Amino acid sequence: MAIEAKAIKQVLVKPIWDNNPIALQVLGVCSALAVTSKLETALVMCLALTAVTACSNLVISTIRNQIPSSIRIIVQMTIIASLVIVVDQLLKAYAFETAKQMSVFVGLIITNCIVMGRAEAYAMKNGPIMSFFDGVGNGLGYSVILIAVAVIRELFGSGSVLGYTLLTPIKDGGWYQTNGLFLLPPSAFFIIGFLIWAIRAWKPEQVEESN
Amino acid sequence: MSANPNKESFVRTIIVAVALCLVCSVLVSSIAVMLKDQQINNALLDKKKNVLVAANLLNENTDIESAFANIEQKFVDLSTGQFVEMAKPQSYDQRQAAKDPEMSVAIENDLARIGRRSKVVAVYLVKEKSRVEKIILPVHGKGLYSTLYGFIALESDKQTIVGLKFYEQGETPGLGGEVENRNWLALWNGKKALNDRGEPALKLVKSIPQNDYEVDALSGASMTTRGIQNMLDYWLSDQAFGKFLSKLDVKKGEA
Amino acid sequence: MEHYISLFIRSVFVENMALSAFLGMCTFLAVSKKVQTAIGLGVAVIVVQTITVPVNNILSTYLLKEGALAWAGLPNTDLSFLGLIVYIGVIAALVQILEMTLDKFFPALYQALGIFLPLITVNCAILGGSLFMIQREYDLTESVVYGVGSGFGWALALVALAGIREKMKYSDVPDGLRGLGITFITVGLMALAFMSFSGVQL
Repeated sequence: MAIEAKAIKQVLVKPIWDNNPIALQVLGVCSALAVTSKLETALVMCLALTAVTACSNLVISTIRNQIPSSIRIIVQMTIIASLVIVVDQLLKAYAFETAKQMSVFVGLIITNCIVMGRAEAYAMKNGPIMSFFDGVGNGLGYSVILIAVAVIRELFGSGSVLGYTLLTPIKDGGWYQTNGLFLLPPSAFFIIGFLIWAIRAWKPEQVEESN
Repeated sequence: MSANPNKESFVRTIIVAVALCLVCSVLVSSIAVMLKDQQINNALLDKKKNVLVAANLLNENTDIESAFANIEQKFVDLSTGQFVEMAKPQSYDQRQAAKDPEMSVAIENDLARIGRRSKVVAVYLVKEKSRVEKIILPVHGKGLYSTLYGFIALESDKQTIVGLKFYEQGETPGLGGEVENRNWLALWNGKKALNDRGEPALKLVKSIPQNDYEVDALSGASMTTRGIQNMLDYWLSDQAFGKFLSKLDVKKGEA
Repeated sequence: MEHYISLFIRSVFVENMALSAFLGMCTFLAVSKKVQTAIGLGVAVIVVQTITVPVNNILSTYLLKEGALAWAGLPNTDLSFLGLIVYIGVIAALVQILEMTLDKFFPALYQALGIFLPLITVNCAILGGSLFMIQREYDLTESVVYGVGSGFGWALALVALAGIREKMKYSDVPDGLRGLGITFITVGLMALAFMSFSGVQL
């Protein structure tokens, strides 16, 4: 039992810093850019993605010995798409405002490479429980980057975090001149670029070879 | 892998595919059916909320349904300015109608740059018995990047603005996107959208507003401001709501 | 006609799939090391996008939308919640069919595009194109124009980035930024440049 707990911890923690899906594996970047101008949407996106990755890993791993390899990809796709529809419907019913702001990006979880990538690379080869935690771990790795980017963008862009004003903008009678650049989508690229720099300065083994 | 030597066989493949489809379809459809009412309710509630915000009737604590109780939805034929009855008031979709050649007209002097508009438009009246207290009109038009959709609420004198609310826009965040800023929208309260002859008269100005016909423009968002100006000039003119506003009898609530 | 030209220009430059909607980023970053391969993938995306967007439009209009099944005697059915799974199914199936057709009839083209086709199924620019088409309620002709335009825009951005990255091989980038990091920053700068198109009034 002790060994298993350790193994679970391993798959949970490793994707966060050592093998981060966004910063190292370059997976699932699209949504990281589009939903991060506010922390609220980013949080909902993280929850949705983590849930989908964990559940799809669990389901696919459970039936992995039954899936014929010729229709493997479409089976994975169907499971993922069904889960995403469920999440999409739930969000529309219980988090309408946020779902409206995220528009098509909930649906795009289907093609988020993290979900597909983990299903193919991990869930097809490992047991259900480990696969589930691998899904959660990768979801967390994705979430760490997303939340970091969203906090930076919302704080400097609108002077608030989660809608609570921390730096009162001049427009509302305060002192903070909001930096509009942070609200524009390209800023997410710069922030992720610099985050990658920071992570690699801390963990030099991730630095890419020069060619 | 070797535990299932037959799993690549044709029959096996079909069985797995069919079973998977069945399970997924049952799951997806039952979720969709279960949550359908809630979703429709949400969309409706959202619309009501926007109308209430425009009319300045929504505080922190008000319940949307009860606040909406004395608001009446009416349909107006813009060419005559009179109320019309719709066969299916619940499902009438103005944006769909604007695309249908049967139900819409091309706009001649297209200030708002929207191409076509529906013949019939839904308006909202805040009523006290039969007397109209406030008139809430839907407006939309092009800004810089996006089409802005909103509601403008007028007092019963058909001139003074109660409030303005944009519920859908994709302008530059921090510049044109400030059309949603409450402090800016608060400037509109008490301004006059139309002059005594019922013509659109409000101007967005880049200097300090001198009178009731001027509102401070958004800084750094000339194109969005111009879009809002054109949108109001169009929708409040005789081409759109002008006839309705002049026909509307606020005491009886008829037009 | 004017309307369609403006829609095309808008979907290529103003609403560029890669640089203003940020879709298809995984492949965008992974396959932009060489101009040659970038062109191959770009062409494949244009082809797939041009086919899938109109096909999904037809499916949505005649099968999924509320009241779309009126021709089958079911005027009150609303299947739009099935949208996601139908669109991705169409994309996966079409990519597969395209692959087989190319293999059979145009082996040379298949050799050139072959390896990129499977990648396209999970390219969110393709699914995103269909979803945006539904959200903006394009009709059939508009969806054809939008399909071509958005695919072309994505391909253009990809080739441009590949061109920059080929040149960048000769520059001395700080260790931690090398590779992925500097690519992110480059794409950010390109996205800023593309934003200037958005002021274009058509």
